[in-house]
Amino acid sequence: MASKKVMVGMSGGVDSSVAAALLLEKGYDVIGVTMHMWEDPTTEDVREDACCSLSAVEDARRVANKLKIPHYVLNFKDIFKKTIVDYFIDEYLKGRTPNPCIACNKFIKFGIFIEKALSMNIDYVATGHYARIVYDNDKERYLLKKALTKEKDQSYVLYNIKKENLSRVLFPIGDYDKNEVRNLAKKYELPVATKPDSQEICFIQDNDYAGFINRIAKENIKPGYFVDTKGNILGEHKGIINYTIGQRKGLGISFGKPMYVVRIDSKNNQVVLGDAEDLFSTELIAEDVNFLSIDSLEEPLKVNAKIRYSAKESPATIYPLEEGKVKVIFEQPQRAITPGQSVVFYDGDIVVGGGIIS
Amino acid sequence: MEKTIYFDHAATTPVRPEVLEAMLPFFTEKFGNPSTIYSYGRESKKYIEDARDKVAKALGAQSKEIFFTGSGTEADNWAIKGVAYANRKKGNHIITTSIEHHAVLHTCNFLEKEGFEVTYLPVDKDGLVDPEQVREAIKPETILISVMFANNEIGTIQPISEIGKIAKEKGIIFHTDAVQAVGSVNVNVEELNVDLLSLSAHKFYGPKGVGALYIRRGTKITSFMHGGAQERGKRASTENVPGIVGLGKAIELATANIEGNAKYVKRLRDRIIDEVLNTIPYVRLNGHREKRLPGNINFSFEFIEGESLLLLLDMKGIAASSGSACTSGSLDPSHVLLAIGLPHEIAHGSLRITLGPDNTDEEVDYFLSVLPEIVGRLREMSPLYEAVKNKNKSKK
Repeated sequence: MASKKVMVGMSGGVDSSVAAALLLEKGYDVIGVTMHMWEDPTTEDVREDACCSLSAVEDARRVANKLKIPHYVLNFKDIFKKTIVDYFIDEYLKGRTPNPCIACNKFIKFGIFIEKALSMNIDYVATGHYARIVYDNDKERYLLKKALTKEKDQSYVLYNIKKENLSRVLFPIGDYDKNEVRNLAKKYELPVATKPDSQEICFIQDNDYAGFINRIAKENIKPGYFVDTKGNILGEHKGIINYTIGQRKGLGISFGKPMYVVRIDSKNNQVVLGDAEDLFSTELIAEDVNFLSIDSLEEPLKVNAKIRYSAKESPATIYPLEEGKVKVIFEQPQRAITPGQSVVFYDGDIVVGGGIIS
Repeated sequence: MEKTIYFDHAATTPVRPEVLEAMLPFFTEKFGNPSTIYSYGRESKKYIEDARDKVAKALGAQSKEIFFTGSGTEADNWAIKGVAYANRKKGNHIITTSIEHHAVLHTCNFLEKEGFEVTYLPVDKDGLVDPEQVREAIKPETILISVMFANNEIGTIQPISEIGKIAKEKGIIFHTDAVQAVGSVNVNVEELNVDLLSLSAHKFYGPKGVGALYIRRGTKITSFMHGGAQERGKRASTENVPGIVGLGKAIELATANIEGNAKYVKRLRDRIIDEVLNTIPYVRLNGHREKRLPGNINFSFEFIEGESLLLLLDMKGIAASSGSACTSGSLDPSHVLLAIGLPHEIAHGSLRITLGPDNTDEEVDYFLSVLPEIVGRLREMSPLYEAVKNKNKSKK
């Protein structure tokens, strides 16, 4: 029997390079693909570090050559601009704080990339994410689970893979930790073994997201007022895109006591400031919800919920609402629940589902 | 992969064994710097001048009008920037077309930032430039017209001689990028009425990294590289002797049997064009049916992305392309296909096949046997195609 074909998304980094090597070792017919997603039209600088830069393509190609697997570059620039970059800017203009990696996983890496692979008779797609997909015999379904090593777990950003696609996705490094992956890279003599991790949003340079939005959507950014929770004007802000919930530094005014951004009111172009305790809340509404371990939410369910990538999970109960929305009530107040970020529900290691905080 | 078939001769060609043989001594025993006076150097110099004679002969030019460069792109850059800067006092207007190679287009974009004004002429649905539109675009400030000889994506051959006549009449310098044409079709600078012409060795079985610019004597142009006295001081830097010798040999061989090769390649080309147009629905041939390079085929397959098509062909061992490849190897909708009026989604689904005299009927047979299946498979996955099929069914 011919071996199963898998297309592995290769960013030129250590994780996806090792993923490709592991698949090869397991006997798959591996095809390397680098997704070409973004070129900043407003800068002439050459980007070195991001996963969508040319040097990423070259690194991935070098790894593919080393592994003796074919390597292709697929152009996803149009769809990336539409579903990620434009969305990212829109969200900020609406006073929300988006997570572009989650959108990218939904629309690109586990969206169009899977479609492309299927159209070319490829059985699986794989990426270098730290997460696991396992078949559960009792539930008779594929489950998305956390990586074995919790420190690096990336299941949070993967909750909106469509459930029918779980059977087509492989996460070869989900059983390893970062050190093991680096050691594997050395063992396989991959030319990227010592490459640093990328931490930033791939299409934004120097982490300066506000500068980026300013360059692209300048005309939509207007100064407005900082107000307190009662609506009293406290001062002038530089445009709501510059602020995020929970922010304390960089407000440009001193108040004699610590003040935090507690809400962004895009309709009135106002940034609401309050005390630390004003940041805490026990409930939220999630929209654009995707469930993985259940078909749909019919009755309240106890879960552990996580409100941002770096947040700790916290016990909560989720309740079904109309139009597929979900209400989440935490047992303990959560700090800085931020519209636009995702809330992800867990049952132990299993990702139950998640949605975007409204 | 059982076999590999090379169908991308417009991208590059292999160095012919005779060319390689001619080049080899210049890496080792004949290594002298041509600018020196001792025998090593004199010998190198002699071979460079031989190569220059061969290029001149192939183009119907004089030897001293041939200047070697590092590539076709360099020749284009030199021609355009060199004329623009040397004639700045006379005017700042340049006329070119919307379907030029990026070596020309991006150079013109650069000059726009430098204060020059550029008119990008449109083309018709076959990719042809209308010489009358060139005439109408001429202004008192016009200092340069640059129109490519044959397009690298769709193969359309332009009425260069007619445009040259107009330029001559108006006393405007005329450049043609003939990178795709030289070695495939007859190119004569006198018949074409051109003042500048770019060519590149690796497109006609010569080595990469060497090209040439024909500069008609008396043409006002600045030097491109500043340094020593090489290339009569206009393009300084120690000559790429093996490359230049290879270019000379390659152009000699290519032009020796140009008619025979063109006839042979054209027959293979027409086999593919006719069969594909007859057997696969929703296909369009891009470029002019007759006025095109003998080896060029460019199809658009509706409801399909060129990218997937190329990958599947590659998996079957067929090396083809989708027009111009960018540095990353990924594909953008082609500016040429957009210029001939193709909608964005169809401009994404093109397949360029460029044949050479080393291709065979058996290779064409194999290609024609695998293509319908690949196109069919990709269309099966396309929701757009599904919709069209259903519409057609309901009509019946």
